[in-house]
Amino acid sequence: MIDGKSKSKINEWLWGWFLVAPAVIGLIILNIIPAIQTFYLSFFKSGDFGRGNIFIGLENYKKLINDSQVWYAVRNTLLYTLFVVPVSVFLAAVIAVLLNKNIKGRGIYRSIYYMPVIATPAAVTMVWRWLYNYHYGLINYVLKQLGLNPVNWIDDPKVALISIAIISIWSTTGYNMVLILAGLQDIPTVYYEASNIDGANAITQFFKITIPLVSPTLFFVITTSVIQCMQVFDVVYMMIDVTRPSYDSTVSLVYLFYNNSFKYLNKGYGSAIVMVLLLIISVITVIQVKLQKRWVNYMG
Amino acid sequence: MTVRNKVYRVIIHIFLIIGSFIMIMPFVWMVLTSFKSVTEATQMNPFVFFPTKWRIENYLDVIKQNNFLRLYYNTFSMIFWRVVCAVAFSSMAGYAFARLNFPGRDFCFGIVLFQMMIPTQVFIIPQYLMVDKLGARNTIFALVFPGLVSAFGTFLLRQFFKSIPVELEQAARIDGCNIGQTFVLIMLPLVRSGMVALSIFTALFAFKDLMWPLIVNSSPDYATLASALAKIQSAYSVKYNILMAASVLAIWPMILIYFIFQRQFMQSVTTSGLTM
Repeated sequence: MIDGKSKSKINEWLWGWFLVAPAVIGLIILNIIPAIQTFYLSFFKSGDFGRGNIFIGLENYKKLINDSQVWYAVRNTLLYTLFVVPVSVFLAAVIAVLLNKNIKGRGIYRSIYYMPVIATPAAVTMVWRWLYNYHYGLINYVLKQLGLNPVNWIDDPKVALISIAIISIWSTTGYNMVLILAGLQDIPTVYYEASNIDGANAITQFFKITIPLVSPTLFFVITTSVIQCMQVFDVVYMMIDVTRPSYDSTVSLVYLFYNNSFKYLNKGYGSAIVMVLLLIISVITVIQVKLQKRWVNYMG
Repeated sequence: MTVRNKVYRVIIHIFLIIGSFIMIMPFVWMVLTSFKSVTEATQMNPFVFFPTKWRIENYLDVIKQNNFLRLYYNTFSMIFWRVVCAVAFSSMAGYAFARLNFPGRDFCFGIVLFQMMIPTQVFIIPQYLMVDKLGARNTIFALVFPGLVSAFGTFLLRQFFKSIPVELEQAARIDGCNIGQTFVLIMLPLVRSGMVALSIFTALFAFKDLMWPLIVNSSPDYATLASALAKIQSAYSVKYNILMAASVLAIWPMILIYFIFQRQFMQSVTTSGLTM
């Protein structure tokens, strides 16, 4: 005999399974199985036209360690991240602090700073390529007017990675700014009032109230920015093609993954490269979560 | 206001205006160049800021060579279906995860978290092979495929459902609604802002994505605006006026939508960021 109570319980189970089914089945097919397959594929050499894969054990990983391009890609990706994240978060924080004041036209400023976030990276990079053009670009023209030497923004291996980083900083600062601004606006004004009574000045308030209370937002912004930077592809792809002299000094891990998997059609090797990316991102994330205990304050 | 305060304010404005200028300049330059002739674009002495004649021909040229109507259609079909699927499936699952008890719930939620922590590139090769095996390359379906479900959306809407007081739901149940009715009639309307945020995120992400459309649809008839730009760039490598016209054509729809729904765009960033 099923009594009323267990009947409603089973009813709840059925509804639960029914509602969750599309999402969970979709995620299993689209993500869980593919993740396992990619790992599995990384032990194979891809046959022609994707057929007849040959098991080669750890060969892809051995090849990877001896492949100078992989090392370049790891170095470039890390350098790029190390450059973009601090600069972008710092600028975003400064702008957010300024816009958090009761300043005229702050809605307009906010909209303008957010605009690059909306634009397609593919289009944006074409524009920046034009701005960076060695002979006819606007930036070199301005440098010349200031009496400075033109810079070979795209082809000089020493500069190209910075050029790419500048585009990324330009296009992500607005996003980070909106997040930090929201964090700042959540800080109750009573804290500032109380510390005013205690005689604290603006700088003390900034370090003792603002920074600690906005630290969870900062942590979120930094963590997501790092993960996104580690996956940089569009900007590098649109700006530097394989034949450019600056290719080795700008190729990112995901670009290398793309080239090997879909251009040279070696999906086994591509899989191994993406496993390296996964490993690096995991390590960085674990470190960040560990470090967070030292500087992030969660209320309550 | 004291004098010191006033000076302070002026300095802040100067700083913010310089920043705004840097943010806008690439867009302005893109539009200006898109109306110039090649000679004007590459003339250094004197340097040309404004085109002497505003050449619409550049636009006609790039539209003639590339079927932009088709590109808009492909891009917005992809966005439409991804948004519909993400919102529908995520709100269903989000509600169940937030409010219902059923065996296997934590395991299923673990799958959602797993997807969110793994970089998307890990899934791409098998996803591509699946589409290929289905014979679905060069279709709209191929563009939609990886976005059929959204782990991020499920997580986001779960947070929204969790923030609604349980009493509301209990009242509906006492009044005789079953679980499905409670979900559709009571709970869904309450998480509307979450669904808007998810829609904006999904749309923007799809609009900006380059790698997936590039690999899955090689035919120009099924390219998106982003992936077509990559091809246009190699075709017109030195004609920057044409390239800029193509860029303008590619980004204006989203910029327009942004200026209409600005507030929702900002809110979508903050709600999704802070609830995580």
